[in-house]
Amino acid sequence: MKLSQLEIGETGIVKEFTDLEMSVKLMEMGCLPGEEVRISRIAPLGDPIAIHVSGYQLSLRRFEASTIILQ
Amino acid sequence: MKADIRVALVGNPNTGKSTLFNVLTGLNQKIGNFPGVTVDKKTGFCQLPDGRTAEIIDLPGTYSIYPKSQDESIVFSVLADKSKGMIPDLIVVILDASNLKRNLLLYTQIADMKIPVVVALNMIDVSEKAGIIINVDLFAKKLGVPVVSISARKVKGIDQLKTTIAYANKIALQQDTIDVEPIAPQLIARIQEELNIANPYFALQLAHQHETLKFLSPAESDRIEESEKEFSFHSQKAQATETIARYNFINDLLYDTVKKPETAQAETLSNKIDKILTHKIFGFIIFFAILIFIFQAIFSWSSYPMDLISDLFVRLQSTATKVLPAGPLASLLIDGIIAGLSGVLVFIPQIAILFALISILEDTGYMSRVTFMMDKVMRKVGLNGKSVVPLIGGFACAVPSIMSTRNIENWKDRMITIMVTPLVACSARLPVYTLLIALVVPNRNVWWIFNLQGLALTAMYLLSIVSAVIVAFVMKFILKARERGYFIMELPVYRMPRWKNVAFTMYDRSKTFVFQAGKVIIAVSIILWVLKSYGPGDRFAKIDQQYSQSQYTKTMTPDSLTKVVASEKLENSYAGVFGHVIEPAIKPLGFDWKIGIALISSFAAREVFVGTMATIYSVEGDADKLQSVQEKMHDAKNPDTGKPVFTLAVAFSLMMFYAFAMQCASTVAVVYRETKDWRWPAAQFAYMTALAYTASIIVYNLLK
Repeated sequence: MKLSQLEIGETGIVKEFTDLEMSVKLMEMGCLPGEEVRISRIAPLGDPIAIHVSGYQLSLRRFEASTIILQ
Repeated sequence: MKADIRVALVGNPNTGKSTLFNVLTGLNQKIGNFPGVTVDKKTGFCQLPDGRTAEIIDLPGTYSIYPKSQDESIVFSVLADKSKGMIPDLIVVILDASNLKRNLLLYTQIADMKIPVVVALNMIDVSEKAGIIINVDLFAKKLGVPVVSISARKVKGIDQLKTTIAYANKIALQQDTIDVEPIAPQLIARIQEELNIANPYFALQLAHQHETLKFLSPAESDRIEESEKEFSFHSQKAQATETIARYNFINDLLYDTVKKPETAQAETLSNKIDKILTHKIFGFIIFFAILIFIFQAIFSWSSYPMDLISDLFVRLQSTATKVLPAGPLASLLIDGIIAGLSGVLVFIPQIAILFALISILEDTGYMSRVTFMMDKVMRKVGLNGKSVVPLIGGFACAVPSIMSTRNIENWKDRMITIMVTPLVACSARLPVYTLLIALVVPNRNVWWIFNLQGLALTAMYLLSIVSAVIVAFVMKFILKARERGYFIMELPVYRMPRWKNVAFTMYDRSKTFVFQAGKVIIAVSIILWVLKSYGPGDRFAKIDQQYSQSQYTKTMTPDSLTKVVASEKLENSYAGVFGHVIEPAIKPLGFDWKIGIALISSFAAREVFVGTMATIYSVEGDADKLQSVQEKMHDAKNPDTGKPVFTLAVAFSLMMFYAFAMQCASTVAVVYRETKDWRWPAAQFAYMTALAYTASIIVYNLLK
């Protein structure tokens, strides 16, 4: 399952990434394998989304979220 | 001031780094540039308890030593460049105690550079409130560095931090965080050996960043590239391995030293605010309400101080006229320099108010929500959610707004933002619009509450945004992307604005505006004064001779005689001659040679328009200056047809020209500075002038 498929309030645990370049940036921001993520909100126009990860709120586009595979 | 030790502040964005910098240095700070790059370098001085003085350098906030933008690349350069003597003696790493995990990544990278480090655990009060218990002693022991708990906002723990800075070790004693060598064993060994580097992590960073580092010679950089190929080094894979190793270290560290409350926390205040401010419907309503409030504030709050400033200058001019002996020098001072100065200083209230409001929006964390809400729309037109900030800032002044595009990581998005920001109706266009609208649009209400003049002004502002969006959309197809765009961004917790910071930004930005734009405006005023005070050959002498004949001196009052002489001289001055030369080119837009002079001089700065109009229509420097310019322009007649010069068509054609043309030398300069390539400002100047000419022609012919 991809992170982009979760609804608001749902949680998942990061398993792996499908895109190396994106994964490096996401991991720097504390979004890395084994980490729990929760969708905290979705922008009014449906994109980007905001997730709760590593103790703070991170926003990313739906496309970027779709490169994150959950356990 | 001479410093005994040099201390660099390093930390993530939104950790209170600048607050700490302000607390440590007071107002004793200055903003300069890092050598070779256009990144602001904030330095200040701090008195240490042992009597020594520390120079504090505020490095740009970054999440990692791997740079994603130009600003962030400074951090590694400063820590690594031995040639400039900028390497600090000590680094203070600021960590947000309520968000330690992500903050610690940067710490582990910095620590491995093996420069002496002190950790400032900021917002300790916030994390305690959230029930996070940090065993600071164990934390310090595990890292092997001094750790000081502080609250920069509440100025707590600062004395202890200063003491720790004063007595910090001169050699790096921190524990190694990760084992660096296994990431690329042969390559690291090779670089260490060839460049004589002791630190393996420094060698690894050179492998990653050698292409952009200025202190490496091309030969050294090429050699690193060769070695990378030889050992098939993959930068991104290596970085991924390193980041995972670092987070393993961090997780172990936090497991031992930090206790978080087990039970789920009650919904945070920040989350409740977000629910309203990023709501599907209310989110946009609130955003537009805030924008309207900003405009209202800019126009209504600033009118009183602006009147005060312009009154002051009128009084200064009239005093100078009385006190100084008449002559070219007095005229240069009064009509050139003082007139030019007042043109600059009168904008201070508007600029200060706008920057105060924008810095409040940024400080509270609201601006990143705007970015979040607008990203999808902005992406459609070739921009980026982050372009919203410079575009809103463009209503004040394009110069600082273009500088603020630096935090847009994507090259293409940033270039398009730079290219369209000058289209946004900046505060310098405001006096031009006000003057021309007052001239041709009747001051009455329609539909009960809407004032016609106000509507015309609003229309000009809307036009500016619409044109910026359209141009951005076109450029989206012209420019080729250099890299993939992404939007991975922290949404910081809402905080109360730091009022001192707001006040300082206000002061600082206004100062920058006065000095940046001021230089140009004063230079133009002086040049313009010369061009209209002198003429080619003996034309001026002939005019004086002609009007000293008795047929004029006897039939005309001395007052009107002076005016006639002045306007005759203007027409025969260099400026007048030049105006006549360009008249054929601007005739299709409905402009005569006098407007031509104003147009040309406005290419240095738009603000010059009102002043130029004032001098061209030879207005005496009396109290109600703007009013009398308006009256003069209202009465101005075309000498051939006898009809008024400023008809509705001419005024609107002129406004179109000011809306689109790149009439600002400071913006051209800043675009060059930010893009480091003169083709960008040249292209911008060309497309904007073409737009201006076309729009003016169309509007003039439609309204004629």
